[in-house]
Amino acid sequence: MKVNLCGLELDNPVIPASGTFGFGVEHSQFYDINCLGSLSFKGTTREARYGNPTPRIAECGGYGMINAVGLQNPGIDAVCEKQMKVLSHFYKKPVIANISGFSIDEYRECCAKIDRQEQVGIIEVNISCPNVHNGGMAFGTDPKAAAEVTKAVKEVTTKPVVMKLSPNVTDIVSIAKACEEAGADGLCLINTVLGMRIDIRRRKPVIANRYGGYSGAGIFPLALRMVNQVANACHVPVIGCGGVSRAEDVIEMMMAGATAVEIGAANLVNPMVCKEIIDRLPSLMKELGIEHLKDIIGIVNK
Amino acid sequence: MTILENTKLVDNVYRMKLGGGHKPVTAPGQFVNIALPDKFLRRPISICDWDDETFTIVYKVVGEGTEMMSRMSVGTELDVLGPLGNGFDIEVQKMRHPLVVGGGVGVPPLYGLTKELLKKGCHPTVVIGFNTASEVILFDELQALGVDVFVSTMDGTGGVKGVVTDAMAKACVLYDYFYCCGPRPMIEALKQETMTEGQISMEERMGCGFGACVGCTIETKNGFRRVCADGPVFLKSEL
Repeated sequence: MKVNLCGLELDNPVIPASGTFGFGVEHSQFYDINCLGSLSFKGTTREARYGNPTPRIAECGGYGMINAVGLQNPGIDAVCEKQMKVLSHFYKKPVIANISGFSIDEYRECCAKIDRQEQVGIIEVNISCPNVHNGGMAFGTDPKAAAEVTKAVKEVTTKPVVMKLSPNVTDIVSIAKACEEAGADGLCLINTVLGMRIDIRRRKPVIANRYGGYSGAGIFPLALRMVNQVANACHVPVIGCGGVSRAEDVIEMMMAGATAVEIGAANLVNPMVCKEIIDRLPSLMKELGIEHLKDIIGIVNK
Repeated sequence: MTILENTKLVDNVYRMKLGGGHKPVTAPGQFVNIALPDKFLRRPISICDWDDETFTIVYKVVGEGTEMMSRMSVGTELDVLGPLGNGFDIEVQKMRHPLVVGGGVGVPPLYGLTKELLKKGCHPTVVIGFNTASEVILFDELQALGVDVFVSTMDGTGGVKGVVTDAMAKACVLYDYFYCCGPRPMIEALKQETMTEGQISMEERMGCGFGACVGCTIETKNGFRRVCADGPVFLKSEL
């Protein structure tokens, strides 16, 4: 099940996605999280943030949910001093540090700080959060801005940099290519899809912030298509993310071109899902005649 | 877990008893998070009463999920996560006469709380408020525990006309600590009108229910706190 992601050897391709796994503490109540390929921790900014007003969660039928949390986090210094120490107690392998910001300087400063953390194997730069204004997604919807962030963070770290991309764009390939040309070592896609729900009895949006990021099984086909497009157009490894909730989805993502796979919303409804997928993968590989997972990466493109 | 009972108490409010294979309840005021067919998010509902093999929840039909639950028959299997959350702390120094205040579907967790307070040798007084007499739940059950129960209704059709604080004033309840679960305006009124420290169960729209998504965070004097994992019960002094 081993895969090589940006020079990092992972035991398996299964990675909980940022924002659905905190810093690993909560899910450790349910299973030993050391079975994970890696984990991407909660999106971290320079300052501590509360995020958006509540309600910031909405049900979307059987297929997904909307969140408008808006990057609640304790801030980069607290993460380096406290959360990383707690995390290292529960998880012994290299982690993916998810970094967000509201300016190029903020991205640079946060990445420089997280670069000094030994347990960080990859820095995942979030330029795709749909729930904050003048930051996050603003950098991920314009190829030039995306390239600028990439360049800025590459200057301050020797660790591999993965840019996390937004699906809320006309042409994700142009953004992906801009990041790659600016030096990104990998790409992660997709973040949540901007969505909305209305409470028809109250005649008001369910989410206090009106819109939020839609995620869950419902976005899987969209994510798969985008992963396939980007993997076809770029040479750097792609982490497939969006609606993955079963071992079958992991295989599908990898066949579309993903080197590793992030699992997001599914972690929130079934806390055991990542472990269940990892446990299921060997027998599923056998059924499908797959000897090594790395052999199927982008197989539909060949 | 298996549904052992699912009966209507009053219009739109049901009592469900679940049995089989749950982790022990460690405090009154904890909740369970229930997965439903064709719904993505689980539904968090507080635990009303429990024993070693079963627990009981009392829930109100407020949307499609709870409406679906109300139609479920005995014998149906449910995927239940929990008990979750910290619940009420009953190990309070020098507490002898706690006041237990609930409103609407905030009343159910207070039944289990009152039971535990009695076991500890305290002498609780219960005050519960509703919109109208036909919505009153758990009055007989609470009284059967042997405690004084005062009721208020907004329209005066039952008990004292007005809100719970009106019933408290009318009954001249003396207390040295309080516990509360109910709607926001009730919580605000109690925070203002109580002279003692107390514990308040908060409600927010939740994602996961176990602290991972931080969807239900509130700002407190002790910083950002997740209602699901750091709560749902908080001290009055930290809110």
